Amino acid sequence: MLRFVVRRLILLLPILIGLSLLVFLWIRALPGGPAQALLGERATPQAIAQIEHEYGLDKPVYVQYLRYMQTLGRFDFGQSVTTRRDVTTELKQKFPATVELAFGAMLFSIVFGIPLGFFAAKRYGGAFDNISLVASLLGVSIPVFFLGIILKYVFAIRLGLLPTVGRIDVLIDLEHPTNFYLLDALIAGDIHAFFDVLKHLILPAVALGSIPLAIIARITRAAVLDVQNEDYVRTARAKGMSPGIVDRRHVLRNALLPIVTVIGLQVGFLLAGAVLTETVFAWPGIGTWLVDAIESRNYPVLQGGILFVALVFVLVNLIVDVSYAFLNPRIRLS
Amino acid sequence: MRIKLHRLLMLLVVGMLAVAAAGCGGDDNNAASTTGATTGGSGATGGTLVFAGAADPVVLDGSLVSDGESLRVIDQIYETLVGLKPGTTELEPALAKSWKASPDGLEWTFQLQTGVTFHDGEPFNAAAVCYNFDRWYNFTGSFQNPSASYYWQTVFGGFKKTDPKSGAPATSLYKSCTANGDEEVVLSLTKASSSFLGALSLSAFSIASPKALKDFGADEGEVDADGIFHPTGKYGTEHPTGTGPFKFDSWTVGDRLVLARNDDYWGEKAKVDKVIFRPIADNAARLQALQNGEIDGYDLVEPQDIPTIEGDQSLQLLNRPAFNVAYVGINQAIPPMDKIEVRQALAYGLNRKEVVDSFYSGRGQVAKEFMPPEVVGYADDVTEYPYDPAKSKELLQKAGLTLPVPITFWYPTDVSRPYMPDPQRNFEAFAASLNEAGFKVTPKSAPWRPDYLGTVDEGKAQVYLLGWTGDFGDPDNFVGTFFQSPQKSWGTIAKPNKEVTDLLDKAESETDIDARTGLYQEANRKIMDWLPGVPYAHSQPALAFKAGITGYQPSPVSLESFATVTKSG
Repeated sequence: MLRFVVRRLILLLPILIGLSLLVFLWIRALPGGPAQALLGERATPQAIAQIEHEYGLDKPVYVQYLRYMQTLGRFDFGQSVTTRRDVTTELKQKFPATVELAFGAMLFSIVFGIPLGFFAAKRYGGAFDNISLVASLLGVSIPVFFLGIILKYVFAIRLGLLPTVGRIDVLIDLEHPTNFYLLDALIAGDIHAFFDVLKHLILPAVALGSIPLAIIARITRAAVLDVQNEDYVRTARAKGMSPGIVDRRHVLRNALLPIVTVIGLQVGFLLAGAVLTETVFAWPGIGTWLVDAIESRNYPVLQGGILFVALVFVLVNLIVDVSYAFLNPRIRLS
Repeated sequence: MRIKLHRLLMLLVVGMLAVAAAGCGGDDNNAASTTGATTGGSGATGGTLVFAGAADPVVLDGSLVSDGESLRVIDQIYETLVGLKPGTTELEPALAKSWKASPDGLEWTFQLQTGVTFHDGEPFNAAAVCYNFDRWYNFTGSFQNPSASYYWQTVFGGFKKTDPKSGAPATSLYKSCTANGDEEVVLSLTKASSSFLGALSLSAFSIASPKALKDFGADEGEVDADGIFHPTGKYGTEHPTGTGPFKFDSWTVGDRLVLARNDDYWGEKAKVDKVIFRPIADNAARLQALQNGEIDGYDLVEPQDIPTIEGDQSLQLLNRPAFNVAYVGINQAIPPMDKIEVRQALAYGLNRKEVVDSFYSGRGQVAKEFMPPEVVGYADDVTEYPYDPAKSKELLQKAGLTLPVPITFWYPTDVSRPYMPDPQRNFEAFAASLNEAGFKVTPKSAPWRPDYLGTVDEGKAQVYLLGWTGDFGDPDNFVGTFFQSPQKSWGTIAKPNKEVTDLLDKAESETDIDARTGLYQEANRKIMDWLPGVPYAHSQPALAFKAGITGYQPSPVSLESFATVTKSG
């Protein structure tokens, strides 16, 4: 097991180097550059040349790449072209916001998705199954931004239950040692702030979690249907084991393998796909940060941000692989 | 283990429901406390005003920014020597009580207000004013970057030691600043300039506490391996210090920026205790946040949201006077646009009234020239080009062209500007009217930044949609920006118009206000005969507030104070 993990971690290095090169070349293939984006209507050729010089963009691409790799070696992503702040500082603020949102969305989709899929399979062909099928189809097909606007309209503007934007009420003062606001509220021992953060998290998490929820529900349903016709399930039933125990010990546990795979993949989706949700809910996370960076051709932010997200994605996949071994002892990692 | 899995699932479901219930249940209490806090002062004064912009400010140092989000906050913390009467572009005393120019226009003497202190307790005096001017003049490294010191370069030109690579003008209008005692400052210029005084009302020339600038490294930075300078000081992000009605309190990027009332303010003190600015990039999200009571007001209202706001009793809409111009640019370097008849035909072929009536939600007026009527130097009697397709065809034939005349017309996508809320629809209407008028339009589009602007700036677009929002109330900021120096986008590098540039040069250096007004009127008449482009709209941007908010005075140049705002209800 340990060898497997170490080997995968070592393999990470060429993946990241390849990725850094891809990201580097890709963003330079976009038309226009940061100078034009920064100056907008006011750009003059001299002004553009000055900014390009300042950020080293007037050098040959391979020189720029080598310099980028040197700074990466020092864990320094450089300075944002638009805000003039360190990319690392911004990353420390933005990433926890996205993780908190993705965690909320994941929790929502797992907690509701697995039972939904499980009971749909148990009532295969029945009304509940059909309703859950339709619901999950809707979940996958409604655009997240639209769902976000509708949720806000119903739960905030109409019912007045929940807030529509941000991570916390602006009238609440809270220190942010970790930038995970839920954690920050707990550290500060401020229960009012904790519930306020939670309240701000509910609608974005539901909007973002709608697609994974639908996918998890459908995979769970398929997996449970598959497993419950296996010989060992029939044997267990034939032994007179109670249906509840059969479901828990034999059906659900064995069905979890594909579900965990999907959950792992969805974590990546949530990190990368939070863009629209973040925009609609003014959630200051990594998604909106990267989209702004693409629009403003903010090379340092793109290079740092995308590489970081990729690293997280690869690590999450590694964790999923390792978790297989725990869920199914027959799998030997090598 | 097996039982645990089941229990864990059940626990999670129950937990999630409990959390949701607690969240909803807690809401009432919290809503009450929020309402209590926001209207804490219940009445004319006190309370917290929450205002949403589209983004965070860049940095709270007026000399280093030109974006509206930064300037909005800077205007509350700092003051300038010369101010503007609320809601106008008319000058009025601010940190300077009065001023006068020497007969040759090279020396300007300002009498300063007395008894003014900076937020850090330091006295405001002539030495502080000169410290600020000298600081700007001595900018080096990336502070000479045109995206940083844009306004200094626009108004004063170069620096003491201008880096030849910076692209900044080699010479500077600024010569020196002399403090005569504590209350008198003399600013010396290298040549007479009349636009300089109006420009001093720009937030870029806000006077900051010299001690705070020094203590918190406003000009500090590090030079990397390539000799490139990066600012590192904390002044503009953590310690901005001016003399204004609000003091900086705290800033959590992406979440909120808090200002507190300056109780030692020398003038009339602010009505509210605190102003909180929060960044909400999405237009629909800003509106929903206002409807839900999470913010008290927001800027940059989308035209399509105006009916919703007007139809809601609990909300109100404020108009900002038009201070912009949208125009159809023409590149004379790309034939047949070099022919005056073709440009005239284009002007007659554009149905500008239809576009303004259809796509500006009743907040636009048809533009006759390249500056809005609010600016001095606006001429009422320029040549006008009402929609007339027959005349357009006639002119094209007179130019010796076969109809239809093919032209390439560029418009930007994914963008809405105050002067051009819906570029694509503007384009479609224009293309239809031009096709009626003897042209054959080939559409071309690109995303606004950087592709579209790059194409236009590089002089690759034959006919294109563009516009401009003024920075300060001076004609130089409109027609001077467009036509005083040749630009590829107009094709004026290849086809300069010396008569117009000479006239604009003369107008810029004229210090007599009446003579100057006459010169700019003459320039406007000449420009509209020359037709380097066709101005088509001035629009009024809108702001939205909750119904109980009063005292906010929209300004054409967005120089708006929150000190006069009260909230009730």
